Amino acid sequence: MKRTAAALAAVGALALGMGAAQAADPLKVGFVYVGPVGDFGYSYQHDQGRKAVEEKFGDKVKTSFVENVPEGADAERVIRQLAQTGHELIFTTSFGFMNPTIKVAKQFPNVKFEHATGYKRADNVATYAARFYEGRYVAGVIAGKMTKSNVIGYVGSFPIPEVVRGINSFMRGAWSVNPDVKVKIVWVNSWYDPGKEGDAAKALIDQGADIMVQHTDSPAPLQVAENRGIKGFGQASDMIKFAPKAQLSAIVDHWDEYYIDRVQAAMDGTWKAEDTWHGLKEGMVHMAPFTNMPDDVAALAKETEEKIASGDIKIFEGPIYDQAGELRVKEGEVAPDEMLLGMDWYVKGIDAELPK
Amino acid sequence: MIRLEPRRQHSQKMVYLSPLLAILLTLITGAIIFAFMGKDPIEALYTFFIMPINNAYGVGELFVKATPLVIIAVGLAMGFRANVWNIGAEGQLTMGAIFGGGLALAFYDSESALLLPGMFVLAAIGGTFWAAIPAWLRTRFNANEILTSLMLTYVATLFLSYLVYGPWRNPEGFSFPESRAFPDAALLPIIYDGTRVHLGAIFALLIVAGGWVLLTKSVVGFQLRVVGQAPQAARHVGFRQKRMVWFTLLLSGALSGLAGMFEVAGPIGQLQPSISPGYGFTAIIVAFLGRLHPIGILFAGLVMALTYLGGELAQIGLGLPSAVTGLFQGILLFFLLACDVLTKYRVRFGTVSKSGETA
Amino acid sequence: MDWIVPFILTVITASTPLLLAATGELITEKSGVLNLGVEGMMLIGAIAGFAITASTGSATLGIFAAAIAGMVTALVFAFLTLTLMANQVATGLALTIFGVGISALVGSGFVGFAIEPLPALNIPVISDIPVIGPILFGQDFLVYFSIFMVLASGWFLTRTRAGLILKAVGDSHDSAHAIGYNVIRIRYMATLFGGAMSGLGGAYLSLAYTPMWAENMTAGRGWIALALVVFATWRPGRLLAGAYMFGCISVLQLHAQSAGINVPSQFMSMLPYLATVVVLVIISSDYTKIRLNAPACIGKAFRPAQ
Repeated sequence: MKRTAAALAAVGALALGMGAAQAADPLKVGFVYVGPVGDFGYSYQHDQGRKAVEEKFGDKVKTSFVENVPEGADAERVIRQLAQTGHELIFTTSFGFMNPTIKVAKQFPNVKFEHATGYKRADNVATYAARFYEGRYVAGVIAGKMTKSNVIGYVGSFPIPEVVRGINSFMRGAWSVNPDVKVKIVWVNSWYDPGKEGDAAKALIDQGADIMVQHTDSPAPLQVAENRGIKGFGQASDMIKFAPKAQLSAIVDHWDEYYIDRVQAAMDGTWKAEDTWHGLKEGMVHMAPFTNMPDDVAALAKETEEKIASGDIKIFEGPIYDQAGELRVKEGEVAPDEMLLGMDWYVKGIDAELPK
Repeated sequence: MIRLEPRRQHSQKMVYLSPLLAILLTLITGAIIFAFMGKDPIEALYTFFIMPINNAYGVGELFVKATPLVIIAVGLAMGFRANVWNIGAEGQLTMGAIFGGGLALAFYDSESALLLPGMFVLAAIGGTFWAAIPAWLRTRFNANEILTSLMLTYVATLFLSYLVYGPWRNPEGFSFPESRAFPDAALLPIIYDGTRVHLGAIFALLIVAGGWVLLTKSVVGFQLRVVGQAPQAARHVGFRQKRMVWFTLLLSGALSGLAGMFEVAGPIGQLQPSISPGYGFTAIIVAFLGRLHPIGILFAGLVMALTYLGGELAQIGLGLPSAVTGLFQGILLFFLLACDVLTKYRVRFGTVSKSGETA
Repeated sequence: MDWIVPFILTVITASTPLLLAATGELITEKSGVLNLGVEGMMLIGAIAGFAITASTGSATLGIFAAAIAGMVTALVFAFLTLTLMANQVATGLALTIFGVGISALVGSGFVGFAIEPLPALNIPVISDIPVIGPILFGQDFLVYFSIFMVLASGWFLTRTRAGLILKAVGDSHDSAHAIGYNVIRIRYMATLFGGAMSGLGGAYLSLAYTPMWAENMTAGRGWIALALVVFATWRPGRLLAGAYMFGCISVLQLHAQSAGINVPSQFMSMLPYLATVVVLVIISSDYTKIRLNAPACIGKAFRPAQ
């Protein structure tokens, strides 16, 4: 009972806002996930990052997370509860948490917030995102080399800028080695429905696709590729276990270093509300091993990856026209990040209509 | 062997005691589960049931979370009493949010005091409209409303998705799927500073009171009670089934629509792809947990809301996965539903049945 | 036209989990019990099947485990609603919440595991016949089982004494009891059967359809299965047609998108739901036929008078 009483006292103290960290106390770091950590996709990868933080700092940190948080009225409460229970650094990992994060941040000026994939910042709100599209360019190069039917099947979740950017980047990669490549896109209106994603993949294969790309979270499309004897790419994590013969590579989210850096900065007092957009260079995005392809394609993929990291390849370098033929990026210029952030048009050559 | 003996009359004592017994049983079972998972049972139960409401903000959140549940459940309960199975409150909620929210977006720079009342009206119309479809299909074509209302829920949420990804997307929002923020004139006023409790909570209470009056003091309420308890008799007396279908579906549709608008004009403040974590479905449980009675629904809604808040704190404070919340909620509901039996029956142990005692 | 055969194969796999769960629920409802916990029972079946298959390497054991797990879950429901006479609608919904939670808890150790998909029963020579071969003879065991169970249920309900008793219990428990049938026991059995079939429906997802475990992987299919029972007006034959129609339109809209049809994808995704409503309206207009099929006592508690 003594332990219980102590726990109750501690809990009470925190609730009253008296739990301000003392020197010896661990830094409390909170994470808010939109999905379950068991999705083996987006939220799972963020949680891997959280675990890396725990491993790195041991008892100098204490992390908590709340999973399956709906992007509605509940998000604000969850974020606030984290702030109120003494968490000094809080990562909110989905776009839909943007406005709640900003609101809570106003009420807790001494707490540091980090919001993933959004665009609103404040003195105590930083933003971060990964340049997944860089990985998609590499995947496009591989696909362009590997396809025989010249038809790519693309399983999309929702037509948001991140996904559209990924399609554009992928196709520019593919065209760089094979100008005849075409893409067929199916939107499943879900981030996570293995059955539906798999069915979409089957439909695409039935219509001639021989390379499967996905921007949804489950390994289902890749499993279908394996089953039907075609190739494909993993999403968010290395999915080679699900498709040992089909996975060419995977675009892996890797939040470990970023989370460790930010926690370190918070400990050192050097944390600032910045906007971070990291990609292949910094390792926030990296490619799973290049498998199931000839050596020369693997070598080309490796070279492409390195060139993107070094800046020799600039993916959205002009001239870039959109489908209507309008010049979006002038020759000699590179699309600025603001344009990429809000990208809602397909580049010229994509033979599909973007849902609007 | 457990035997149940019917009581001559519903036990009034048990009406109040059975939920307490259920909660006690849940606490014991919960304590065992938490101990089994290596958590301090007392601390875990404290986190679940007390910590969420040990400050003003927490109590406020309880009301915020319970508001849509209670409003929807009151409407649904009327239908369930008349054997009208509206499973699609979630869709009607979504339509209410679209209609009400649509008005706010159409006048996104308005400061008119008429905007909010207009949203109330449109939200009620939106929900009613979406419930009128199953009502019409049932009364005109005999199509089962369980299926039609459920299927229309999927249609409504996809329609909302279409709007916020497409025509209603915030033009200044970098093409992300969300509408503009509603203007201040379209937001529900906060009724207690420092919390998120909005005008909707007052409406929830008014709707509970209204539901109670409707059920106990009005002719319609009398009919509902008769239809629910003795459908044969109701048919003899000549209550028109079709009119009941229309009335209960439209009423629950209007209330669900209002609940949806309260969410988007209250704590959310804009339209976005997901506006409800399944309130329309959870409200079905709340309706039955509250024994299809408005006052019971009020308490059931608060209990249900509390478990959600507790589940979040259990994740934060104890590191329990959200799965445990579902498990725990399930067990609490099982006990609450099972203990209901005590209001109508006496539990007897032993296999020998006493002859002579009949129902 | 060479996409036709794979298209049909896709429809079959998409429909099978719905068909399995819906057949079980149909029998349950015919006995007068409304179990809205299909989604929860499917998830529990899915994780049980996957966990056992992944740890023993035997899909057969996994399938049995899924059926048993579904039955155990249904037993909880049956005890609450039949013995303790708790409200069926609310208990069913609570069962879904419970099922989502417990499957996620058990499944947390199996995230990211890969297993071999359920093998197809390839019969040499016959399976190689063009078109008919792969469709009729190239499926996995559960596909045949699902169709067999639909036919068997139809036969059971119309041609057997036990089936007639089951329907009698569902239509008028008081009369059935008066004749001397044990209403509660019959309803227990029907509910357990429903649980086993929902468990198998879940196992089809985690073992054959998309061989993996992920939280909430049923993604609402339990609700569709429930709707299909209503759609079928409690007739197994129509259930078969309904499940395949739903599967067909779901897959067709993906094909249409892939072929580049320029309609917002949300509207395409609405099609299966809208089609189900429209077809239901058409077949429901014949008032008398429906009345005869819907179990009159559905959802009502029964307590034998002593």
